Amino acid sequence: MQARAAQGDLEMRALVLLFALAAPCALAEESVRLDPAPIDPRDVASLQAGARTFVNYCLNCHSAGMMRYHKLLELGLTEQQVKENLMFTAEKIGELMTVAMTKKDAKDWLGTPPPDLSVIARAKGPDYLYTYLRSFYRDPESATGWNNMVFDRVAMPHVLWTLSGQQVQVERRFRNMEQAEAVGRQQKNAWKIDVLTPEQAGKDADRFVLKTIRTDTPGSLSQIDYDILVRDLVNFMTWMSEPNQLARKQVGYVVMLVLLVLLVLAYALYKEYWKDVH
Amino acid sequence: MAAAEKQPVTGAGPFNGLLTWIDQRFPLMENWRTHLTEYYAPKNFNFWYYFGSLALFVLVLQIVTGIFLTMNYKPDAAQAFASVEYIMREVPWGWWIRYMHSTGASFFFICVYLHMFRGLLYGSYRKPRELLWIFGMLIFLCLMAEAFFGYLLPWGQMSYWGAQVIVNLFGAIPLIGPDLAIWIRGDFVVSDATLNRFFAFHVIAVPLVLLALVVAHLLALHEVGSNNPDGVEIKNAKDPKTGRPLDGIPFHPYYTVKDSFGVAVFLVIFAIVVFFAPEGGGYFLEANNFITADPLKTPPHIAPVWYFTPYYSILRATTDEFVVWGLTPAVIAFAALIIWSVKGNRVRIAVGVTAAVLLLGFLTLDAKVWGVVLMGVSVLIFFFMPWLDRSPVKSIRYKGPFTKTAIALFIVSFFVLGYLGTQPVTTGRTVAAQIGTAVYFLFFFLMPWYSKMDRCKPEPPRVTWK
Repeated sequence: MQARAAQGDLEMRALVLLFALAAPCALAEESVRLDPAPIDPRDVASLQAGARTFVNYCLNCHSAGMMRYHKLLELGLTEQQVKENLMFTAEKIGELMTVAMTKKDAKDWLGTPPPDLSVIARAKGPDYLYTYLRSFYRDPESATGWNNMVFDRVAMPHVLWTLSGQQVQVERRFRNMEQAEAVGRQQKNAWKIDVLTPEQAGKDADRFVLKTIRTDTPGSLSQIDYDILVRDLVNFMTWMSEPNQLARKQVGYVVMLVLLVLLVLAYALYKEYWKDVH
Repeated sequence: MAAAEKQPVTGAGPFNGLLTWIDQRFPLMENWRTHLTEYYAPKNFNFWYYFGSLALFVLVLQIVTGIFLTMNYKPDAAQAFASVEYIMREVPWGWWIRYMHSTGASFFFICVYLHMFRGLLYGSYRKPRELLWIFGMLIFLCLMAEAFFGYLLPWGQMSYWGAQVIVNLFGAIPLIGPDLAIWIRGDFVVSDATLNRFFAFHVIAVPLVLLALVVAHLLALHEVGSNNPDGVEIKNAKDPKTGRPLDGIPFHPYYTVKDSFGVAVFLVIFAIVVFFAPEGGGYFLEANNFITADPLKTPPHIAPVWYFTPYYSILRATTDEFVVWGLTPAVIAFAALIIWSVKGNRVRIAVGVTAAVLLLGFLTLDAKVWGVVLMGVSVLIFFFMPWLDRSPVKSIRYKGPFTKTAIALFIVSFFVLGYLGTQPVTTGRTVAAQIGTAVYFLFFFLMPWYSKMDRCKPEPPRVTWK
């Protein structure tokens, strides 16, 4: 009796559990949809281009303090090429990619010290970086005059603005989520949907606000060329976050081959010995 | 025993002389026979029986890779993060060693969880294996400590804040809590002092205890003999002439070759992760841990590594409402159930007093305290398995529908709690975690009743085989 009651109780709980599990799935959280970064760590030309952009635009404020210039030789560059084109502040090729700015100065000048970028691609993911670097827009209310779709009120100004031009944020209102998402998916840039409460939007007004950005003043690059530049930069940063990633996979294939041989031998040995177990 | 009285070693070819020399000075052949060639293990081990030897294999792997990591790692708050990246980038094959160690940590828990599940399925904790099970549980506790201390060492954001959260749990203990937390950290926050002592615990203190316990676990196993999927003792059916169990086979060479095959399969899966997916989808190496620890920036979402998430879920599920509407009626009902079931007034009074103390505690102490208590109990309850299970049979093969349902629900709750522990809190998820917590504990607390009342099938006299 008692145990049966206990079992009934458990079954009921299992049912409640299933419903409870289904519940959180229905609540989707709204944030920027990240564009997939079309990167390829085997594309050496792209990595070289990315390294150049990185050194020219990022490595003035951001360090890559766990990365040595020396590692850039693995991108098919000679020591001469690295020294002449990519080393501006260091003397020797064995040095780390540091910056002269101290943390204290950085905090005074920028409000927060720019993070080290050695492994940022592993912390944030390439898609985040790719979307972030293409999502700055003019915002007169911020200290730097720039804001970002992915990182609201980011302290970093838009360093690549001469290339990308200046963007502004555009808002469009829709009656329902489906319409807003349908238009959002057609955007070439980052987009997000804010859902206003009826009080915020006013009675009978459209509550689904699609936010996206549009180029206001063009820069020196077309949008396509700018996207390629960012792609190369993100490709480089992703490679830099784990410079041994290609070697890792190559070694992996060899190891798998050896292990499969070991597996076959171990299986044969096991079956041979176990023949006489009855 | 004089040296000359021992028989010379035979059968080792050119090594006979050397082995005889050693054997006359050290119980070499005796141990070889006791633990390998004349240790009789049941012949009907199935898939689940690989994970004991695999756990041992991972232990060795962790110790060896750990030694090499220690050669380049710096237990210093200012250098720890960079020294790990130094290993990843500049130490020859350092990335390989590091990935084996970080992946090995997760695989250690996978093996140990499956090993424990095997024990659960086939009643490996039942008499006469209670102490064997307890040593195993102590190993599990050590492993958790080892993983916890080790996770601080890369000094990333998750390392830092995970340690902060767990050490703060000790701060919830009434009266001594806050001072205890400071004593553990060696500082008011997790800092360089904490990193140094966690390093000491991780590389020497806990591994020493762990190794000693593994030896004790194996000695206890070889004293009582291995259980098997049928849960019947092979010692009950012995060859009258030789005295060997009829269903037993020598561990060496039969299980050494079988377990070698197991290790080969394991290595294939392990290598796939190490070489092609070392981050384990963000579960083995968390993205946030690639950001250097920053005591001034609390991450919005702190989650422990996956192997701790079921217990973390139980901790978070213990809200004020859960104490009032979940724990309070549960304690009253459970006390009533015990008082009704047992004979002897002393036990009844003891149960009544314990329940009263708990109820008083629910009224006076913070829910956080009970969360910590529940989390502790959720792990420690495993120690009592040998006495909670009252079934006449050991193995799931002969157990009845109640036990099978209970184990199934327990496993579901374990996975649900594990998943929820990786996710940020929402109202719906908290309710789900509370239900999961209830199922988790009911599995244990109701076991004495449902295991006894279950309609079990009769055990066969000897193990079944093919």
